[in-house]
This record gives sequence, structure tokens and C-alpha cells, in this order.
Amino acid sequence: MTNVGPAVVPMSLPGGRSARGLSHHVLSVLVENRAGVLARVAQLFSRRGYNIYSLAVAPTDDERFSRLTVVVDLESTPLEQITKQLHKLINVIKITEIDPADAVEQELLLAVVAADVSSRGQILELAGIFGAKVLDVGLERLTLALADTPEKLDGFTELIKVFGLIEVQRSGRVALAKLNRGGGRGGVSRGKAS
Amino acid sequence: MKLTGAQALIKSLEMQGVEVIFGLPGGAILPVYDPIIDSPIRHILVRHEQGAGHMAEGYAQVTNRPGVAMVTSGPAATNIVTPLANAYMDSTPMVVITGQVATSSIGTDAFQEADTTGITMSITKHNWLITDASEVPEVVAEAFHVATAGRPGPVLIDMPKDVSNQMMDWYWPEAVDLPGFKPTTKGHPRSIQAAARMIKESKRPVLYVGGGVIRSGASSALLALAEKTGIPVVTTLMARGAFPDSHPLCLGMPGMHGNYTAVTAMQKSDLLITLGARFDDRVTGKLAGFAPEAKVIHVDIDPAELSKIRQADIPIVGDVRSVIEDLIEALDKGEAGEMAQFDLAPWISQIRDWQKRFPLTYDREGSGSGLKPQYVIETLSSLTPEGTILASGVGQHQMWASQYWRFEHPNAWVNSGGLGTMGYAVPASIGAKVGRPDKMVWAVDGDGCFQMTAQELVTASAERIPVKIALLNNAYLGMVRQWQEMFYDQRYSEVYLSPDLPDYVKWAEAMGCVALRVESPEEVAPAIEKANDINDRPVVIEFRIDSGEKVYPMVPAGATNDEIVLGPMFGGGQ
Ligand SMILES: Cc1ncc(C[n+]2csc(CCOP(=O)(O)OP(=O)(O)O)c2C)c(N)n1
Ligand SMILES: [Mg+2]
Repeated sequence: MTNVGPAVVPMSLPGGRSARGLSHHVLSVLVENRAGVLARVAQLFSRRGYNIYSLAVAPTDDERFSRLTVVVDLESTPLEQITKQLHKLINVIKITEIDPADAVEQELLLAVVAADVSSRGQILELAGIFGAKVLDVGLERLTLALADTPEKLDGFTELIKVFGLIEVQRSGRVALAKLNRGGGRGGVSRGKAS
Repeated sequence: MKLTGAQALIKSLEMQGVEVIFGLPGGAILPVYDPIIDSPIRHILVRHEQGAGHMAEGYAQVTNRPGVAMVTSGPAATNIVTPLANAYMDSTPMVVITGQVATSSIGTDAFQEADTTGITMSITKHNWLITDASEVPEVVAEAFHVATAGRPGPVLIDMPKDVSNQMMDWYWPEAVDLPGFKPTTKGHPRSIQAAARMIKESKRPVLYVGGGVIRSGASSALLALAEKTGIPVVTTLMARGAFPDSHPLCLGMPGMHGNYTAVTAMQKSDLLITLGARFDDRVTGKLAGFAPEAKVIHVDIDPAELSKIRQADIPIVGDVRSVIEDLIEALDKGEAGEMAQFDLAPWISQIRDWQKRFPLTYDREGSGSGLKPQYVIETLSSLTPEGTILASGVGQHQMWASQYWRFEHPNAWVNSGGLGTMGYAVPASIGAKVGRPDKMVWAVDGDGCFQMTAQELVTASAERIPVKIALLNNAYLGMVRQWQEMFYDQRYSEVYLSPDLPDYVKWAEAMGCVALRVESPEEVAPAIEKANDINDRPVVIEFRIDSGEKVYPMVPAGATNDEIVLGPMFGGGQ
């Protein structure tokens, strides 16, 4: 019965793969900030057999609305069917389709890495190069945070794996359309219909 | 004015012009049943909540107004899940109100608690859990708007007991404000012009008409379009009556048990003008082989239907009536002479040839034992007054009803299409009679279906709702038997019901009905005439029909529509 609060939910429903291939597409969905909206969206995807690769939910600057950033796997269904079905939800106000090529995207990674005296320096150096922050320091471990594009996160993970990854958590992606240099923003917005 | 949430709920229903509620009370909805005593709204007490839902659907199908059902929480809410799913599939406007445990108990597995909004999320257009009595008028206004605007469908309001008892300041919202619900009703002019052009260029067009034409009240517009263009019309199971069967351009029902001409005309068509239909698998057969040469103009108020199954060449979002009217105008406007060159004579003569060679037919001589169900329905159709409403269950009898009844008017056929819900006929016919007391209402039911919902005849007797049931007793779950006979080597598994257990006449009489049993062809007409004369109580006529009779034609599951099986009357098929 709680509202869609601030939450970042990484999800990998059946079919979601780790590779961010071309079959992924980002939908930025503006919804009414009401009880059960997230359940409605999730149930729609599940009932129609659409795959969610990742999902991020947070309130917007206008408290009446929340924004869902859904990375969908397009192998199963054409994007058009997904957006049309989403639009049928009464609480969905607006959907913006963002082609990954025309988007700025960020995702958050938290990683606990084995870091004894011999490796700590190298790890910190790598963190410095990628712009990762040290969130926590233990005797033989470090917790690092990196917010960047999904590709950068992949690259960083690849490199620090060598030292021993103890735990990794990634958020879902959030994305906005790239700014149009001529003014305004890109992305295809679809208005409502029944 | 101070009201309780319960009083506000009933008053809101009155404001919406609700004349009847189908329902059954219980703990969580108790507070709402008190103000019903003082309300002008009629309440019809059902014997099972599934009956309440189907009655509301039957009411809506004949009036085009939302039916209203009210039940308590938990098991009552789950009992009405089937009607919600049914109404969702058939786009029937319906408002269901369920009681819920008190807000403080929600989530605790309290007595008779069920997650009603969660359970019904995917089978309603929308649902609401009211958490404060002040929301009641607003939510009721929104619920009726959502149920009826755009593509119609069911909605549900879940009303916790403490909210029903809470005081609120009465108000009535002037307008509904739902920023996320703005149906498009007007078709795009450019698409409509393109459609007009495509129609004029076609040689073998078919108007493929679905239930949307009935929901949008587009029958007379459709008649005008068909007569203007001379394009033949097929009416799907949901659209029977949207175009008169007696009209020379009417080809009847397409699909798995459609007639040869309707099926084949679509199959050979070069343009399907699709109006409020959705390319259901029962119509298309194997999709890859469906109407391979046809271009598609697809008109629907729900954009998600366009290109969902079959890619549309011209998709048009809009209310089908308004789009047809605009289309007629666009056809008039085009270049002079275009319409004159539009010559369908060769196509129509091809169609006439199919109609002559492959009509719907059955073994009238009646080899085999028992009455021919087709004969019963033909006789019923001819002996009942113009405008009679026909309801149906699900199975062979439903297909025979659709094939052999003469449909002349919209909103006079009450059936379960998309979900195929056995047991629909009895309660739906009761709801239909309540909605149209001026019309005679018959239901064609199967013995299997009848046993699922017959208890609502007690409701009909108690409330003096004189529906008439033609029970086609073949002692089997006949449709399943037919599949086992044709596709499982006649290995009959769990389909036998017995002709006389239960004794339908005694049972019907025990429920307050007049009951008749008919076993020979000579008795058919007199029994129907007798039933037609009874107006103070329900009537059940049990027709003992031939258990071996099958529904033909048939497109076997998984086959393309080219592989239609005509049946023994044409020397093929068993
Ligand atoms: C609730 C429900 N259960 C099962 C089915 C599957 N089913 C479809 S038709 C049919 C047989 C119906 O028997 P009856 O009412 O006697 O009609 P008949 O086919 O014999 O005319 C069954 C079991 C269904 N459609 N609905
Ligand atoms: Mg039967």
C-alpha cells in the first residue's frame, strides 16, 4: 500500500542476458505516483511474456509522478506492442522510447574487492582511472562505487575481477535522450490513447 | 451533507444512473447493503457470485450500458473472477464492487481476505482499492468512465469495511480527470483517405466485422457502407447481428466453425476491411496461411490491437462508427468516376457460386437417434418474435446457435466469445431480460453448461424474470467429445454425462420453472409455442438431441482455413 518510493531494482527476468546487445531498448515511463503502479507494470510484462532486462524506479521532481526506466529485451516482442500495452495502463502518463545510440545512460555499481596490502595500491589506481569512489575500507577488503555507462561498468568489473571479487551489485539503468544540439531533446514520445 | 462511505457508494451509483445491481452480501460488504434498502436501485439476489457477474455482462451486452455487480470479500471476490476475465476478453462494460477487510487488517491474512486488486489486475481495465471514504464519489465516477470510454471493459472497486463505515462530506465530481486515459475516437483523416483509395482499388474486398461494431453502435453506419460499396460482410461470433443475416451481402460467420463462403471469401480476399475485430485465432486458423493475398485496413479504438496479430497496411485508431462515417464521406469525395469503375460483379458471382455449392446444411432426415440440434434452433428462430434476444453457453450448441439462428439486430446475441465460459447462458440471459424486459429472451444451453450455473434459475423464479431455456441435452460434453472422435481416434475420455442424471425436468420444476421434455420432431414447435406464452416464470425445455451430431464445417486446430472440412453431407470428413 506504499507509494512507489525511491528504489533501484535490478531485475533479470527469464531471457535477460548480461550482454547489452542491440535487442535492448530503453523506455522511460512517466507514471502516476500511486499504490500498486509498479505491480501493474511488472504484471503486464509478465502476463504478456515481455522481458524486462532491468528496471529503475524513482519519484520525479513533481511528487505526483514517478519515472520508471525499463530496459526491455526486444527479442520476444516488437517495441511497439510493448508501448501500446503499457499505454493501456491508466496510471501510465507518457512513454519516451530511447534508442541506446541516442541516449545518455548511467548505472551504479557497488563492488567488494579483496584488497590485501600487496594489491591495495593497484586497485586504488584502477579506481582512480575509472573515477570510482571508495565507500568502505576493511582490513582485507575495499568497497568501491562507480556510476557510469553500462559499458564502462563492464570494463571496470572485468579489470578488478583479477584481484578477487567478493560481491557485486548493479542498479538498473537510468537514461535520458541525448540533447539535440539545435535545442530541445530527442527521443520519441508517445501520447496517450485508450 | 455527511454520509458514510457506504451511503456515498450507493448514492454515487444512483448518480451514475444505475438501475440494477446483481449481488450477494457478506461480512465485509455488509455496511453497503444497508443503504440499498432505501435506494431506488433494484438489487437482484443471486445464488452464486459468478451468476452476478454474468448477469451484469448479459445486461451490458443488450443495453450497451455497464452492468453492475456487488459481492463481498475473499471467496465472493474470487467467485467473480471468471466473469471479469470473460468481460475483459469480450470488451463488455462492467463495474464490480467487492467488499474488503478493514484497511488495518489488509495484509494480515484476515478472515475472508483476498488480494482482490492483485488477482484481478490483468483481467480488468483498471481497479481501485479505496482507502478513504472521501474518495468514493471520485472513484465511482472514474470507474464508470473507464468501463465505458475507449474500448469498453470491466473495472473493479475494492471497498474495505472500515471505509464503508467512515464519514465523509458528500460531493459529486463535475468531471473525471484521468491524465493517463485519453482514448482517441476520431480516425486520422489521411489514413481514412488512404483507406478509401485502397478500397476503390480492391477487387475482392471483404468487410470483416467484429464485436467492436456492436459496442460502438455502428450497425447502421456499417449497413450504409456495405450498401454504398456492395462489399460483402462477414460477422464474427461476437458480431452476429451487427449486420442482418437476411441481407444479400451478409456471408455469415467466419472461423473454425464458420460457413464455407465466409471462410473462403476471407481466404481469397485481396482486402480485409477489418472493423472492430482482432484476428482471433478461431477466425484466422493457422496464421501463416490466413488470407495470404489480402491487404489489411484495420480500424479499432484500441491501438494495441492494430498489427498485434496481423500487420495492418492501413491502421486506423478510432471509434469504429465515427471512422465508418468518415470513410463513407471519403469514398464520396474521391475523383469522379472512381466509384463507377469499382466493379465487384466477378467477386460477387464467385461468392454466389460458393454459397450455392457449399451451404450450411445438416442431415435433415435425421439418421441417428434423437433430435437434430440444428432443426431445434431453426424452429426456435422461426417461431420467436422479431427482436428476440438469444443467449448461449459454450460448446457445440453455441456453434449451432450461431450458425442456424437468424441474426437481424445488434445487441440481441449474448454469448461468451473470447474466454469461452461454460455456464454463461443461464445467468447472462437473466441479466439480458432485466436489461430488456420488453424483449423475449431465450437461451440455448448445453447439458454440461447447464449444470454449472443452473441454480440462477432460482434467482429468476424468485425475481419473476421469465427467461426461456432451450437445453440441448446430448448427454455429453459434446464439443470435447467431437474433438476426441475426430482427433483422438474416438477414444472418449471423461466426456459422458448421461441423458437423465440429473432429471432436468424435475430439477427445473424444483427451481420454480415450467419444464418440458421434447423427444420427437413433431413436439418441437408446440413446446416452443407453449414456452413463448409463459410470461410469469422461467421455462426450461429439455430437447433430447442426437449425441453423435457434430459441428460442421470445421477447420481443424492448427490447419489453415484452406483445409476446411465440410462434413459428411458433402461426402468428406467424418
Ligand atoms: C468453464 C469451462 N470449462 C471447460 C471448458 C471446455 N469445454 C468447452 S465446450 C465443453 C463441453 C460443453 O458441454 P455442453 O455444455 O454439454 O455443450 P455441448 O458441446 O455438448 O453442446 C467443454 C468442457 C470450457 N469452455 N469452460
Ligand atoms: Mg452436451
